[in-house]
Amino acid sequence: MDWHILGQQLVNGLTLGSIYGLIAIGYTMVYGIIGMINFAHGDVYMISAYLTAISLAVLSAFGVESVPFAIVVTLGLTMFITGVYGWSIERVAYRPLRGSTRLAPLISAIGISLLLQNYVQVAQGARNQGIPSLIDGVFRVGNDKDFVQMTHVQLLIVIASFGAMAGLTWLIQRTSLGRQCRATQQDRHMAEILGINTDRIISTVFVIGAAMAAIAGTLVTLNYGSFDFFVGFVTGIKAFTAAVLGGIGSLPGAMLGGILLGLFESLFSGFVNTDYKDVFSFSVLVLVLIFRPSGLLGRPEVEKV
Amino acid sequence: MRKAIQRVFAVSVLAGAVAYGVAAQAADAIKIGIAGPMTGANAAYGEQFWRGAQQAAADINAAGGINGKQIELVKGDDACEPKQAVAVANRLVDQDKVDAIVGHFCSSSTIPASEIYAEAGKLQITPASTNPKVTERKIPTIFRTCGRDDQQGVVAADFILDKLKAKKVAVIHDKDTYGQGLADAMKAAASSKGVKEVLYEGLTRGEKDFNALATKIKASGADAVYFGGLYAEAGILVRQLREQGVNAPFISGDGIVSADMVTAAGGPQFVKGVYMTFGADPRAIPAGKEVVEKFRKAGYEPEGYTMYSYASVQAIADAMKATKSTDGVTLAKWLKAHTVQTVMGPKAWDAKGDLKVSDYVMYQWDDKGGYAELK
Repeated sequence: MDWHILGQQLVNGLTLGSIYGLIAIGYTMVYGIIGMINFAHGDVYMISAYLTAISLAVLSAFGVESVPFAIVVTLGLTMFITGVYGWSIERVAYRPLRGSTRLAPLISAIGISLLLQNYVQVAQGARNQGIPSLIDGVFRVGNDKDFVQMTHVQLLIVIASFGAMAGLTWLIQRTSLGRQCRATQQDRHMAEILGINTDRIISTVFVIGAAMAAIAGTLVTLNYGSFDFFVGFVTGIKAFTAAVLGGIGSLPGAMLGGILLGLFESLFSGFVNTDYKDVFSFSVLVLVLIFRPSGLLGRPEVEKV
Repeated sequence: MRKAIQRVFAVSVLAGAVAYGVAAQAADAIKIGIAGPMTGANAAYGEQFWRGAQQAAADINAAGGINGKQIELVKGDDACEPKQAVAVANRLVDQDKVDAIVGHFCSSSTIPASEIYAEAGKLQITPASTNPKVTERKIPTIFRTCGRDDQQGVVAADFILDKLKAKKVAVIHDKDTYGQGLADAMKAAASSKGVKEVLYEGLTRGEKDFNALATKIKASGADAVYFGGLYAEAGILVRQLREQGVNAPFISGDGIVSADMVTAAGGPQFVKGVYMTFGADPRAIPAGKEVVEKFRKAGYEPEGYTMYSYASVQAIADAMKATKSTDGVTLAKWLKAHTVQTVMGPKAWDAKGDLKVSDYVMYQWDDKGGYAELK
């Protein structure tokens, strides 16, 4: 086997895995705090892809030529607007159902997911949308024919994922907000008695989760160049799988699960067979869950007596 | 509880009355169902179908309709999903009571839906489904205004082997009836000429990352890449190949005939040089000149299957005019025995419902996001 092929597949897997990880962080955050899956998360990611294209188009209409400036402004804008989406989703689909059965908010989140998909489909059209490639650079190792390459966008995605994971871990472990989050997660009633505004904490978590989806949406759109109203579904399911694989509720777990899933997919696809890559990845997931039901880095749930 | 049941009952009676009213009112019109992916990743093709049929209906209605009756179109959206296609087919037949159908687009939708139309005895003409199985199942009432993948695959294989002189061909498909069928047809034609593919793999529709596959194609040392599938995946695949420095010619079929190919790839620089097989440009056929002008005046470029859809409606109208019937079997018998003058020139069908003459030619995309026939 040639080293550059293996190397390239590892790079492919790492990038794909970082994308999964970045979105998985959003799932895992929400689960970690309120113990519920936000199924609309993938669609928030899809919305951020559209916002990216709109923002880049507006900026270029205003004559902004500097690419880094445009990307930073776009990132800020999409994070802000999807943050508002995250806040609204919590307000509409979760808060009114707090205290009801665990299944009710799950269904309402799926409802929001369908609502967002169909809304975007009607408002923006069902066709593929694209953005021009803004960052063209590429790092190559090797000679002209046999090389391993990583584009600048891919590198940016990997850095952003690890940065986001580190930043959130710091936020949860070291800050006052993080302490309040952890308190809310451990015992919401007790936290309330101790003066924590748990409603606000949960809203904040949704906003942070949505902002993470926005980072992913912007960078992934820059990487692939095209998107449609349905991109949130496939990516969302894969990211959710990554979160479960790594141990849902654990931030490093989401990242680890994402990267493992990405590597499984690209290595299996590259050296065995592309047709069966999803069969393989999900078989691995089943095996992991049989031996470690709470995922690779997840803490087993202790029954409180 | 009883009150709730009463209310539901009242509403359903009301809904039934409304549906009946619609059906009664439409009795003096000829209803044609237009079925295809009106939404979803392939909605660009649904729009081509709809635009073409709309213009055809307007033109025929303006000229007096069919035996004095006006044509009324009913939209059916299958999103290129087999399950939804069956549901839509049932709705068109049972609820909308259409007299004939133009559709569907994806072969994987056309095949299951055709069983329902056949059972109801409705004439079905697909403007775009090229999989051989569409007309190979002994259904008497199905026709197509496009060619077949076994014809298309041979044209592609000849081009790849004789013109491009490729020795190592990578064959990729999207695991769907159309895509895999086309890839298999090309593969069979190539191996009958003694060239065996170096790679044969299926990707997953709806995904955005084919980098692992691109690296694999690169490792195989392929000097030509053939793809059976649709533009949404073709665009991304060709982009990721080019990004990884694979510059081997990329050849595909009529599944990528849409300006959306460029959007999916994220720019014309990636699509430049891509080859595809498609029927001789319907916009260049003299018989359709006037209609093409009409479309352009309305601000719509009748690309891809627009004219095919127009021609399908024409064929239905002509058969109905001649036989004074809407019965699928009668219409089918007439179509198989006569030549119809359409905007795509004269068309005649064989006993299976395939065109007697198919005219696949090779096209190439340019660096401005357009495509032209290869001379």
